[in-house]
Amino acid sequence: MTAAHTSPARTPAPDQDAAPLVEVGGLRRVFDLSKPWLNRLIEGGGRVTLTAVDGVDFSINRGETYALVGESGSGKSTIAKMAVGLLPPSAGRVSIDGTDVWGEKGADAMRRMRRKIQMIFQDPFASLNPRWRVQAIIEEPIKAFGLIADPKDRAARVGELLSLVGLDARDGQKFPHEFSGGQRQRIAIARALASDPQFIVCDEPTSALDVSVQAQVLNLLRDLQERLGLTYLFISHNLAVVRHVATRVGVLYLGRLVEEAPARELFAAPKHPYTKMLLDAVPDIEMEGKERLAIAGEIPNPVNPPPGCHFHPRCPFVMEHCSTETPPAHLVGDAAVRCHLFAEDRAKT
Amino acid sequence: MTATLSVRNLRVEIPTRGGVLRAIDDLSFDIAPGEVLGVVGESGAGKSITGSAIIGLLEPPGRVAAGEIRLGGERIDDLGPDQMRRIRGRRIGMIFQDPLTSLNPLYRIGDQLTETILTHERLSQRAARDKAQKLLEEVGIPAAGARLSAYPHQFSGGMRQRVVIALALCADPELVIADEPTTALDVSVQAQIIALLKRLCSERGASVMLITHDMGVIAETADRVCVLYAGRLAEIGPVRAVVKHPQHPYTHGLMSAIPSLAGDPDEELAQIPGAMPRLGAIPDGCAFNPRCDHAFARCRAERPHPYPAGASDAACFLHDPDPARRPPEPVARAAAARGIAAADETPEATS
Amino acid sequence: MPHVVGEDTSGAAPARGPLRRAIESDLWYSFTRSPVTVVSAAVTLVMILSAAFAPLVAPHNPFDPATISILDSFYPPAWMEGGNPRFLLGTDDQGRDILSTILYGMRISLAVGFASVLFAMVIGVTLGLVAGYIGGAVDSVIMRIADVQLTFPAILIALLINGVARAMAGPQSYDQVVLVVLVLSIGLSFWVQYARTVRGSVLVEANKEYVLAARLIGLRPWTIMFKHVLPNVMGPVLVIATINLALAIITEATLSFLGVGVPPTEPSLGTLIRIGNDFLFSGEWWITIFPGITLAILALAVNLLGDWLRDALNPKLR
Repeated sequence: MTAAHTSPARTPAPDQDAAPLVEVGGLRRVFDLSKPWLNRLIEGGGRVTLTAVDGVDFSINRGETYALVGESGSGKSTIAKMAVGLLPPSAGRVSIDGTDVWGEKGADAMRRMRRKIQMIFQDPFASLNPRWRVQAIIEEPIKAFGLIADPKDRAARVGELLSLVGLDARDGQKFPHEFSGGQRQRIAIARALASDPQFIVCDEPTSALDVSVQAQVLNLLRDLQERLGLTYLFISHNLAVVRHVATRVGVLYLGRLVEEAPARELFAAPKHPYTKMLLDAVPDIEMEGKERLAIAGEIPNPVNPPPGCHFHPRCPFVMEHCSTETPPAHLVGDAAVRCHLFAEDRAKT
Repeated sequence: MTATLSVRNLRVEIPTRGGVLRAIDDLSFDIAPGEVLGVVGESGAGKSITGSAIIGLLEPPGRVAAGEIRLGGERIDDLGPDQMRRIRGRRIGMIFQDPLTSLNPLYRIGDQLTETILTHERLSQRAARDKAQKLLEEVGIPAAGARLSAYPHQFSGGMRQRVVIALALCADPELVIADEPTTALDVSVQAQIIALLKRLCSERGASVMLITHDMGVIAETADRVCVLYAGRLAEIGPVRAVVKHPQHPYTHGLMSAIPSLAGDPDEELAQIPGAMPRLGAIPDGCAFNPRCDHAFARCRAERPHPYPAGASDAACFLHDPDPARRPPEPVARAAAARGIAAADETPEATS
Repeated sequence: MPHVVGEDTSGAAPARGPLRRAIESDLWYSFTRSPVTVVSAAVTLVMILSAAFAPLVAPHNPFDPATISILDSFYPPAWMEGGNPRFLLGTDDQGRDILSTILYGMRISLAVGFASVLFAMVIGVTLGLVAGYIGGAVDSVIMRIADVQLTFPAILIALLINGVARAMAGPQSYDQVVLVVLVLSIGLSFWVQYARTVRGSVLVEANKEYVLAARLIGLRPWTIMFKHVLPNVMGPVLVIATINLALAIITEATLSFLGVGVPPTEPSLGTLIRIGNDFLFSGEWWITIFPGITLAILALAVNLLGDWLRDALNPKLR
């Protein structure tokens, strides 16, 4: 078991006043869940839409890890897909290093932009093509971006990447099914690093792994960030994991960012009732018998979210206007909280 | 007092083309009446197979090859399928990870509950339906009377798991086996279900075997915990002792690898090098020896059996009553964690 | 890198060669465990080989007028009274050796079968991939056409296409293009199954994360479809192809039996059965029965292979 040491990487990067690498503004995504046109005509029933992401803004500085936390239906994976360019947003913009991911531009600019973005997926059993050798899987981005033309040099680079993530350079000749879950996730990480990206979206990268392997992968991600100066968008439902990786945290509930704060502040002094509830729901492994906020109810159906503040039916501090007015973001210290409890006039009382 | 469940030297084998795999090897434990025993381990450690072996639902070609299982003192591992079917549901309640596997999607919730109640109890149709409604109220389903005529798909995930709990408890079983009951649920719902399960079982005096990979759930719920590794018992003991003072190096590593809400977040997580071996490639001696800082020659040759260790029992030579036969002090833990086999340089111990 | 440690024992084992991989594969294991399958595979292989090398294997060349004599006509099989040891299975009305005509006929049957299955597969797999991966209106159009076609029996479609082609080509040139027309008509009547199966698998595969990873680096849909998705949906396609081979051979035989298939100058198994049918009631049963038995054995063996392949590739049934 590794001797613990403190890493310097999670203190803000030195060139903090430089523009953020990733900027997300007014991001919104609506899915049309209606039945096909003909069925609507015959069976009746109107259009059904689901607002998965409803006006989300955040930015990520270079070398930082921004964590998005939420339960099912929170829209966190939808945001991840829009951020990497896999899913077009209904409104809003995502820009990486000043370039709009979804703006119109030439194929060349598109390729340059794509090279900077990579993604690590949740399920290491689905994220590697089972019919391809590891070598081919890892060198695909290198080929796609035309980075290394000579096959010999390319193979050498794949070996280099494999040892970077802690595998044997000869493992390239094997197929994915010959590896364990943790090793596969290392292969997926090697593939993500193959195009020398600046920004990596990690979508629940350890939730399919066992605890002891999860620690290996989390430590690997942190080491790689230190060595390569990577910027992460880290998506997770597990607050304890987020606490160990994040510089800033955004908490999502039914498509809205209800609280956003530096990680230390969010864990030391959570403000939004939902954040408090999530933190209280984490099982108490220290067995200290801590006081808890009673948890009630389940996440409502996102097709038909409650009006006003989406959280009001489950909120222990619910007020009259919570069910009618959507709370704006209130700044409390370094945190932004979407809750009427923190409105200017109330904050003092 | 006889234990509710007593498992002795259980061995489960799975014959494959590559040879016979031992999915469970020489596993013994007891569950006292009213006790919650947590069974933890990584995927493939054999926790679910243990549960299936107890309820006689091992997936073929898996089979119980040795050992015995006693429920309330009677042997149940040698019963026929019909007798076993009567025990399941009536004396052993079952809760699985996916509530949809326990509920028939084509039947109304009320009908499924009353049918189960009627197979175990002599009651009139109406009395059974009243009992079903009372059960639904007890598991916290609002408007239980109206919900009796709803179909499983009309419930949310958390509500479905509540129905499954009602179904598992409706014959007042002595033992409830819950296999990852909260894994498919959202964090905020998990805590509710765990609390509910614990409250209902203690009210009824039912023992619980809680199978999960989540040490946090165990810490919150269990009285004792049994840690499995590669189909073998690593450590068993009171939950507080195992969580706070783990005695087996594997448990120790596992506990320190769990990210928690306490402590310095900037500290690197402790990690156990390597991964659990596949069933076909379990090393000689102690199954954990290639990943262990303390491993010495004896660990590679001889399999440790549980020794008393603090308040627990741990299958590790560190706790051999004879100090001379224990491993020497580790030369350099950090070196071992980096994959350098420090143990190779340790002086040979007599074995 | 302080924290990276190889994860388990498979760390430095050398990669295995393709032959060892094949022998160690589950497919080979389940094959050797099923005697029925081994026998059908052997029968299929012998039939394909003897058809392919018919000129070398057959005792006579039934299409060489120089070697045929009308005096040899209507010999019964060699073991029967009046049989001629030169003609093992007897001769037909023109004195052609039945065994040799069967071997040559099987050649045509198998060729038409393979070609039409290949044709159906190419069309069906391509349309299925496109429908599943692109979706939307393209998907609707393709799948509705498939639905409509599925309401007609395959043989009816084949007859229809055959009739249209015959009318367009005219009686003289038809004989020259008959094989092509047969392949087209049988192939077009079988593509639907491939398209539906492939579309279903594509819908599953296209949402898997390895496809997302390929889209992420900006690969074109066409590249992703053929390089990533196609290899992962080929399992069920091979099963259908094998079972379809038997069906295609029978369809060809049916068409030929009905007289819209291969002409008697170059008979397939179906044509042989039709010719022999005329003599069935005058006592010369061997002319139609032996090609019939051959057709039945061939179709059965191929079908059993297909059944095994389906079970072996479907882990749920194992």
